[in-house]
Amino acid sequence: MSPTAWGWLILAFPLAGTLVIPLGWRVWPGRVAGYIGSLAILASFVCSVGAFITLHDRAPEARSVTSTLYDYTHTVGVNVGMSILIDPLSVFMALVVSGVSLLIHVYSVAYMDSDRGYTRFFAYMNFFVFSMLLLVLAANIVLLIVGWAFVGAASYLLISFWYRRATASAAGLKAFVMNVIGDVGLVIAAFILFKHTHSLSYAGIFGGAKETFSTNDGAIVAACLLLTVGAFAKSAQLPLHTWLPDAMEGPTPVSALIHAATMVTAGVYLIARFHVLYELAPTAADITAGLAAATLFFAATCALVVTDLKRIIAYSTMSQIGYMMLGVSTGGYDGGLFHLMTHAFFKALLFMAAGSVIAAMAGIQDINRMGGFRRAMPFTFITFTVGALALAGVPPLSGWFSKDSILGFDVHRGGYYLVLAIVGFAGALLTAFYSFRMVFRVFYGDPVPEAGSLERGELAHGEPVNPRTGEHEDTEVGFPGPEHHIAEREFSMKLAMGALALLAIGGGIVQIPGVTDWFDKFLEPVFANSKFVNDQPSTSAEWIGLVVGAGIALAGITTAFVMYLQRPGVTIALRDRFPRLHDFLEHRWYFDELYDALFVRPATTFGNFGRYVIESAFVQGTLVGGATGIVRAGAAIARGVQSGYLRAYALLLLAGVAALGLYFLLQAT
Amino acid sequence: MNVNWYLVLSAFIFAIGAAGVMTRRNPLVILLCLELMLNAGNLALIAFSRMWGNGDGQVFALVVMVVAACEVVVGLGVIVAMYRRRLNIDVDELSELRG
Repeated sequence: MSPTAWGWLILAFPLAGTLVIPLGWRVWPGRVAGYIGSLAILASFVCSVGAFITLHDRAPEARSVTSTLYDYTHTVGVNVGMSILIDPLSVFMALVVSGVSLLIHVYSVAYMDSDRGYTRFFAYMNFFVFSMLLLVLAANIVLLIVGWAFVGAASYLLISFWYRRATASAAGLKAFVMNVIGDVGLVIAAFILFKHTHSLSYAGIFGGAKETFSTNDGAIVAACLLLTVGAFAKSAQLPLHTWLPDAMEGPTPVSALIHAATMVTAGVYLIARFHVLYELAPTAADITAGLAAATLFFAATCALVVTDLKRIIAYSTMSQIGYMMLGVSTGGYDGGLFHLMTHAFFKALLFMAAGSVIAAMAGIQDINRMGGFRRAMPFTFITFTVGALALAGVPPLSGWFSKDSILGFDVHRGGYYLVLAIVGFAGALLTAFYSFRMVFRVFYGDPVPEAGSLERGELAHGEPVNPRTGEHEDTEVGFPGPEHHIAEREFSMKLAMGALALLAIGGGIVQIPGVTDWFDKFLEPVFANSKFVNDQPSTSAEWIGLVVGAGIALAGITTAFVMYLQRPGVTIALRDRFPRLHDFLEHRWYFDELYDALFVRPATTFGNFGRYVIESAFVQGTLVGGATGIVRAGAAIARGVQSGYLRAYALLLLAGVAALGLYFLLQAT
Repeated sequence: MNVNWYLVLSAFIFAIGAAGVMTRRNPLVILLCLELMLNAGNLALIAFSRMWGNGDGQVFALVVMVVAACEVVVGLGVIVAMYRRRLNIDVDELSELRG
């Protein structure tokens, strides 16, 4: 089969799953919906592998194929086909998305077992995978926007999955609104590109852009900045990041799949896909890179003080996506995308392990309440530690190769980028520290009661409460379910986590500088025309970067070891010593408060003005009230005439006749 | 032929009838007064008929008589019904249909 035939099948299976699962929601017994969902994604993954193999058999120049199913619109100048583009970049993304999704589906089969929304969950998850694959396989910007909006919708549906939780619905709305800001940016960017290149397909846009624009033209800079707005909203980068920590209200597999491994990396894919334009607009690329570096540092500092386990990982996700953005916006495409892949492995793994811990805590997410799970949950402990080691960038795990590949490239470019790389190294130190803060606080120390009872073989069971507010849950529907599932007791969770742990350990093998440059070689045709293709750091320089990165990671872990295990009081003392700094970090640099004051409250005030002044006083009171008042006054006169006295009617009748007679008399004379 | 006197008489009878309708409260008397008004009209019609020397006016007078007969039937029926239900025979008391 041709690569494009595989490509269509990649899309077909999740779409079929999306349709089949909800259609049978009444009849699926037990975990069948989960199996169907997982099988659909498995088939999609197999097709991705098929596309990969068939594409790999071709000559490097011929590794970009488009296929059109039908014409969406075909009018004067506007040609949009239902087209997919199969090239190394899209196949790579499809492999990562379908592969990680498959493992997370397998994990969810057990993890979501007691949820009343089991079928709904898998329908949404399949829909998400379909949308994400549509996004990465699209061959024109219109289809890209369709996929882009679909993943936003899927994200909204899954964040508010437990819709009886007020906090979850609010978080879903927040994510949706912030994502729409990005969608608007993306759409306007598409308009600008269409205006200047008269094309909506990638090939047309990139070909036209090179002819139409000179470097740093106003229009191309504006288009790239708008693309950045889209990418940053989807990928939760400064200043459009506030939705991601709140998105942790969704079920843990959702956090693993959408808000760590796949959807939030769509922005990275977008910039990598549009790298031709960014290379024509270095100003926009530099602004993007600066914001990405700011995000990676900002998010890492937040992760130091947050105490909600899932939110720590969420900030870590923002920070790691900052690295990827830094990579793809400065020209280190391979590094950025390589980090996208390894991050998908170890971050999904961390979330899954965190889900297992949260289940063992009966839904509690606060790490202040956790501790000593090392002996109670050995499998979770090992996999979480593997994830944390990979996240920290300890050799020879996958994160070590990928993160330092990005930073090594920026050091190589020097100047402004050297500054960004130094910020990146500082972030790496914080990353190592907060990763092991989680490990030490959750798994070491004295066992909490839940851990103690689990060692005796009893899974903790608490009243279902909202982990955010502590309110009791409405247990009818839309809450995590009365039972909890931990990796130690569920084979499918173990399977998914084990596979991801192996990938997180060994994922780096595809790109060992100077030894196996498979990853670079595979993506080479996509970035063959890049300015930076011959401007790569030497192998020895890359290895120096890797050694520095390893040193930083170990330093961070050692610091965490000293502060949390050897001298447990140090962190409390530090917090009491610098209360202002702690407050500042704990309030996430006051971004939420700032947005509240800048946008939310003015909008609420304006809304209230509309509600009470325009709507109530003017429309209801004056317009509607005036009209009814006139009618009511007229009716009162008519009613007054109807006195019910026969003689009064007779008088009126006579008066009327007399008046008529008088009128005709006067007319006659 | 001079119709003036007939018309004056007709006008007088009509005015008496109208005044009766408006001032009396007994429905029987109101019906009587209505008859007066109708017959005043008839008188005028007959007078005009004589004046023109053709039968048109008489035709109208006959129609008015038929209408008057019907009206009396309905009116007396209503009065008998009121009497049977032991209501006051007073039109001012019967003002339940006011707006």
